[in-house]
Parts: sequence; C-alpha cells; structure tokens
Amino acid sequence: MYPAGYRYTKDHEWIQMNGAVGTVGITDYAQHELGDVVYVELPKIGTPVKAGQSFGTIESVKAVSEIFSPVSGEVTEINAALANAPEKLNQDPHGSAWLVKVRLTDPSESASLMDAAAYENYIAEKKKDNGS
Amino acid sequence: MLVSIFALQSSEKPFVTTPASVAPRKTALNARHRSLGARMVNFGGWDMPLEYSGILAEHEAVRLRAGLFDVSHMGEIEIRGGGALALVQWVTCNDAGKLSAGQAQYSGLMTPRGTFADDLLVHKISDTRYLLCVNAANQDSDFEHIFSQEIADIEIENAGPRYAQLAIQGPRARDILQRLTPAPLDATRSYHFTFAKVSGADCLIARTGYTGEDGFEMYFEPQFSETLWDRLLDAGQTAGLLPCGLGARNTLRLEAGLCLYGHEIDDATTPWEAGLGWICKLEKGRFLGSDALARQREAGVARKLVGFEMLDRRIARDGYPILLPGPQGSHEAGRVTSGGPAPSLKKNIGMGYVPPESSAAGTAIEISIRGGSVPARIVALPFYKRPH
Repeated sequence: MYPAGYRYTKDHEWIQMNGAVGTVGITDYAQHELGDVVYVELPKIGTPVKAGQSFGTIESVKAVSEIFSPVSGEVTEINAALANAPEKLNQDPHGSAWLVKVRLTDPSESASLMDAAAYENYIAEKKKDNGS
Repeated sequence: MLVSIFALQSSEKPFVTTPASVAPRKTALNARHRSLGARMVNFGGWDMPLEYSGILAEHEAVRLRAGLFDVSHMGEIEIRGGGALALVQWVTCNDAGKLSAGQAQYSGLMTPRGTFADDLLVHKISDTRYLLCVNAANQDSDFEHIFSQEIADIEIENAGPRYAQLAIQGPRARDILQRLTPAPLDATRSYHFTFAKVSGADCLIARTGYTGEDGFEMYFEPQFSETLWDRLLDAGQTAGLLPCGLGARNTLRLEAGLCLYGHEIDDATTPWEAGLGWICKLEKGRFLGSDALARQREAGVARKLVGFEMLDRRIARDGYPILLPGPQGSHEAGRVTSGGPAPSLKKNIGMGYVPPESSAAGTAIEISIRGGSVPARIVALPFYKRPH
C-alpha cells in the first residue's frame, strides 16, 4: 500500500526524493480521512517552504485541511492537473495526484522522516485509538 | 476524527460536535453501519455514520434515485391527554390547532425570549396525542423545557428510546417503500402520515424529510431496525438506492435551504431573523415568547438569514466572516452559519446572517477565507428545488 521508497510525516504527507528534489503528496490514509476532495490550493512556483509549515489547503466536501511541508526548500513545480481534477487525490494519492516538487535546502533532511514500515505502524496505532 | 488529520481551521461551530468524555450512544443499526464500512462520527453525542460510499455518491443517489438514512438518533417526545393541544400550542410557534389527525407540521420550540430552543416536527395522532420529533442533542433539554410548563391534564413522555427512525428519500423512494408495505403511499400527501406495517413491523410512515426530495420518515420500535434496514436496502438495490450518512444529509439539506439547529438557528435567533416567519403564527394567541416576537416584528430585525453563492472555487465554511464592501473598505457584517459545495448545483454555497438592508438577492458580499476576501453574491433560497 505505502511505497517503500517514500518517506512519511505524522501529518500524513509523503516525499519521494530524486537527487535534491523531492515530490510531495498526501497519503492514502489522508485522502480516506478527508473524503471526496473538491478543491486543492497550491503555492506558486518559487515559494519557499519550511518543514512542518503549511504550504496549501485541501478542501473536501466536509472539511478544509492544511497541507504541511515535510521538508524545507523551494517549490520548483506544482501539479496543475489537480486544478480541474481534484478527485484524483482520492484515486491515486501516491502517484499521479502528487502536489508539489520541492528543491531541498538540505537534501539529507528527508532521511529523518518515517519509512513505509514505520508509517504503517503509526497509522495502525491511530486506527486503534479511533476505535475503527 | 473526521477533521483532525491536518490542523483544521474551518469551524467555530463544527458540523460534527464531540462532547468531551461522554461515551457516544449507539443506534440499533450500529453494527450494520460498521459492517458496511461506514466512516463513523460523533454527532450530538451519537456514534453515527458520516458516509459509506462517499458523500458525493450518496448525495447524487438521493437526488436521482433514492437513499436510506438511519436517523434513529432523532428524539421523540409524546404529549398525551386532554391538555395536549394546549401544551403544544403554548411551547411551539406554529399553529398546531390547524392540524388534522394524520398531519405533520414544521415548527419551533420557543424560549420565553422568542428564540429557538429547538426546531421540530409536530405530528397530530389524535386530539389527545401528539408526537414531536426533535433534534438528538436537544432531546433531554427539550423534554425538561416542555415538562416545566404548567398545563393541566397532560402526560409527557421522553420517548426517544421507544423509537427508531429511518428516512428513505429521493424520486424512487415511494416505489421502493411501496414494495414492503400495504400503506397507500400515493394517497399520503406531503406532511401527512399513516400507520401501517412495513415488512411486518408497525410503523408511523410520514411523508417528510430533510433533503429537498420526496420521501418518507418511518418511526418504529428499535427491535425492528435491522430487519427494516436490510429489507429496504434489498428492495432498493435494483433502483440504485444507497445507504447514506450524515455528510450527504447535510449537503442535501443545505442545497434545499433548510435550517440546522446550532447553525442557522439556536437559542439566540428568532423565526423572523431566520426567514421562518411562515412557521410563526402570532394570531393563534399567546404562546411562549410571543410577546417578544410581537415586539420584534414591530421594531424590525437587526439581521436576516440569507443564502449566497461563491464566485470562485474557494469554499465558505461555518463561522467564516461575511464582509460587506464599503467606501472605507470591507467590514464584517455577519457570519457564515453553514457552507460547502453544492454537488447538484456545481457551485459552492452557504447561508449566513447579514443586516436586512444588505439582504436582497444580488447583493455583492465577500467571505473572509484564511485572511483573503473571496467574492460572493446573495441569492434567493432555496438553492435547489426538485423538478417534479
């Protein structure tokens, strides 16, 4: 379910590194919690982002949620396809519905995030807490 | 749980309320919801299904085909005895004296200030028996409130535990329900009800609902819940009926311009302010809050509930400020009471309060969303009216 090469945050974002640039998205757990996504607000290319700080919002039918950057750096690309097809976030959150690409200030930063096994344990605990 | 995965900043009065440290109550269908894979949520102290297949799919099912809702959390209060009508007339603002047996009426349970203690459906079963359907979270306070009124010759029962309730809603609801009951559903007009068996269970079947579609709400003993739920899902399968949760219930009622207690109305709002003057009958004689309501009708209201549509893709949520543009810049005029996408209208809509002089359809307003001002326009309510 959760790609082995990705790193994960406690806020349910993922990052896939390619050299100094990381592709960022939200996890399947996150899209499932949000329900039907109807609008995604992403930053402009060139925007500086900081680890743990909000860089955009996702609106589902029921709620609005902020998206937090897993790393610090600068946005180099955004997934413009989501503007007209936000429902892709429910269908393919780990693939074609990536959100932004970020050039990391410190390319080693992502190594401190959870790997897939650790993230799966983390959400298993969360599900237990939620009684579901 | 719904709104907690990222920091949620939407809502001062969340749609989903979670009272601290009280174990949520369960309807008799709790195991059914969980086995259908519903996402559950604490609503008004009850563990209720928010969605099964998804809010958008469920919303569409109700608009185009049919949907089945477990609304057993709703409260029931029975008033019996020779003084039953006098008591109903005293505590509610609509004129229950106009009801015939077998008729239902939307009304408000009033405080002495003429504000809403709750909104409710009044069913006249006979001259000496009325069934009130009230909001889940208000059931106990409503009962205390009614019980504390001094009217002779009555018996009041907090009857919630005796009743389960299912709502079947949508253009195919009547045909689906008719397969399971001998009740003359065609002859049961809107806001009327009848007693009949559905799959062997005694039901009060009312042609009422909270979705803007044709449909029925059934009241029956909780022990029949699973049988009725299963049979209705079976009977509706080929017609495209879906089990529906509170998420779709909310988008459907919002499109239909229907008020939700705790959002559009509460114990600080009056029927005049909420656009519910049509359920406020001062001419029926004195009732709880009628003096205050007469004074406010004379003096005029300071705010009015309006509907609005967003002019770009951002979404107004409950609690967001409504701004009015002016020569010195925009100023806050009121707050959004409910907001969200309108799936059947393909736009984003909301309701909220503004000063009466700025309440006309077409008025340009702005909604403050995360520090920015987003243009919107006041439109007539309801947003959605069924075509048939």
